[in-house]
Amino acid sequence: MGTSISVRDLVLSFGSVQVLKKLNLEVADGEFIVLLGSSGCGKSTLLNCIAGLLDITDGQIWIKEKNVTWAEPKDRGIGMVFQSYALYPQMTVRGNLSFGLKNQRLPKAEIDKRIARAADVLQIEALLDRKPGALSGGQRQRVAIGRALVRDVDVFLFDEPLSNLDAKLRADLRVELKRLHNQLENTMIYVTHDQVEAMTLADRIAIMRGGQIMQFASPKEIYSRPANRYVADFIGSPAMNFVEGTVADGAFTCAGHSIPLDGYEFTPTGRAGGPAWFGIRPEHIQTGEQAEAMPFRTEVEVDLCEPMGAETQVWASFADMQFRFLVDFALDLKRGDKVSVGFDPARASLFHKGNEERM
Amino acid sequence: MVDIAPHAHQPVADGPRGKRPKPLFSLRNIVVYGTLLLVSAYYLVPLYVMIVTSLKTMEEVRLGNVFSFPRDITFAPWVKAWAEACTGLNCDGLSRGFANSVWILVPSVLLSIIVASVNGYALANWKFKGADIFFTILIFGAFIPYQVMLYPVVIVLRELGVYGTRTGLVIVHTIFGMPILTLLFRNYFTSVPEEIFKAARVDGAGFWTIFLKIMMPMSLPIFVVAVILQVTGIWNDFLFGVVYTKPDTYPMTVQLNNIVNSVQGTKEYNVNMAATILTGLVPLVVYFISGKLFVRGIAAGAVKG
Ligand SMILES: Nc1ncnc2c1ncn2[C@@H]1O[C@H](COP(=O)(O)OP(=O)(O)O)[C@@H](O)[C@H]1O
Ligand SMILES: [Mg+2]
Repeated sequence: MGTSISVRDLVLSFGSVQVLKKLNLEVADGEFIVLLGSSGCGKSTLLNCIAGLLDITDGQIWIKEKNVTWAEPKDRGIGMVFQSYALYPQMTVRGNLSFGLKNQRLPKAEIDKRIARAADVLQIEALLDRKPGALSGGQRQRVAIGRALVRDVDVFLFDEPLSNLDAKLRADLRVELKRLHNQLENTMIYVTHDQVEAMTLADRIAIMRGGQIMQFASPKEIYSRPANRYVADFIGSPAMNFVEGTVADGAFTCAGHSIPLDGYEFTPTGRAGGPAWFGIRPEHIQTGEQAEAMPFRTEVEVDLCEPMGAETQVWASFADMQFRFLVDFALDLKRGDKVSVGFDPARASLFHKGNEERM
Repeated sequence: MVDIAPHAHQPVADGPRGKRPKPLFSLRNIVVYGTLLLVSAYYLVPLYVMIVTSLKTMEEVRLGNVFSFPRDITFAPWVKAWAEACTGLNCDGLSRGFANSVWILVPSVLLSIIVASVNGYALANWKFKGADIFFTILIFGAFIPYQVMLYPVVIVLRELGVYGTRTGLVIVHTIFGMPILTLLFRNYFTSVPEEIFKAARVDGAGFWTIFLKIMMPMSLPIFVVAVILQVTGIWNDFLFGVVYTKPDTYPMTVQLNNIVNSVQGTKEYNVNMAATILTGLVPLVVYFISGKLFVRGIAAGAVKG
């Protein structure tokens, strides 16, 4: 598989503010990439740079082995879908779909053929003669996707396309997008701040923060082996528990506890030990009988319970730190109850105290 | 939840229920409607006096009952105002000025709106080099009093060889309308979501295609506002007309002034009233036709910074 998009040392500044800082990104042909990060971290800016809608300050952008750094958006072989749909309000759906093709001066027969195909894929045939004002949010976003589809391009760029929709519709369209990708097999870059969307859609996720990529890996890798504390904290809901302490002689020690790290896979820099954060996900903490089988066990006192439906989130304190875990909803816990908990340190993550990198 | 039911059938017993009654003669209503009536009267009474006077004969006007309805309605003053009234120089009434005004109005309105809308669009959507400086100069231009530039413009027009012609006046109106119109269009186009503009660029539309196919069709209300502003402004203009044209090419307002202030013979109030109404008719018609769009456009773009 060749490289589809390559972003090399990309710098973008608005005046004196550097929004993207020497950013590098390599996307393979046919990959579904999600750019994930909190609001204002530069996701849309990066997407706009790839699309050619912003003039970059430094670096290069390659699409399909061609240097498109100075190319116009229309010449980059991309289609783009925006959060606010950005349909042309005075044109019918057909007009919206054909606008770009007419600008390319394609023959009418070809335009009709492409519109028919896109309408069929997205099931919007019945809407072709309506104006965007007469469509629901979900229908509008389908049309916006259609507008990218008819361009017959290799690369699709999505900027939070589902953020303006309600939860149910969002889940439906998410599945459709995934299906669309399986069917078309072209490269997609998808921006979102919703980690469920990122996890479900992506082949690889790029987690962004302050104009830099913190980790670029598969969803599974990002979830189970976060590269740094920021990623570990950002991914997963409820968020990971962190305990402060020291790694030495194959064990993690903190306020009165010693956790053996037998199954833990250290990184090359991690084996040396030192001051560290120990991170364990709430869903990896077992209680009651299941806790007995775990390599590390202890007893904690319940502080607060939050029923969340199928499960109840329990807050307790461990080694003087806030500590959460999940129990079955049927289990009736009250403040002050003692619960025995246990977990497998092999599933935990350790981070250097100083640079917060994985150890 | 449970014990609401027993009370549901006795609304009086447990106090107010449903829509709250609104008294017709509250202090608030009296103040609001009173003010509205007063303001309406302020504008409508003079208009009424003008209309009835213009329909009276001179004998009846001399009786002095300005508010009375005309006994025998006559349209002679209107005919005279249009075709026969004399200024110090000629006796063909307002018709000559009307033709001049139309000749000046149409190209001025079209030209100023075309240029200003393109300016506003370029300023709002294409961040070209020097855009900020250009915009600052324009804003500044909007606040310079016209009087300062009267004489320099005379010299410029003379050098161009169009002083005293209607073409010269068209150029003057186009240029002087530019700051405020550009501002109006820029603000409106800024309020169009940027993503639509971006989508059009990805779709391969260039500067003119985006303007003509995307921006203009989305912006009808603001074009109507601009037309109304320019039609009324240029039609009602007196200062530029009197300074930059000659008697042959005087616009209607200047002609009206010359008729009303003519020193020959007796003052014919009925003719003067008719002439005044005739002169004001064009902006009035424009308002009536486009009132609703005007309000929408003002609300949508012009007010927003
Ligand atoms: N046109 C602009 N001028 C100045 N700063 C901008 C501009 N667009 C975005 N920014 C700044 O760049 C940063 C990244 O923005 P953006 O890429 O939109 O973030 P997000 O990840 O939420 O999409 C933000 O801090 C924002 O304030
Ligand atoms: Mg964004």
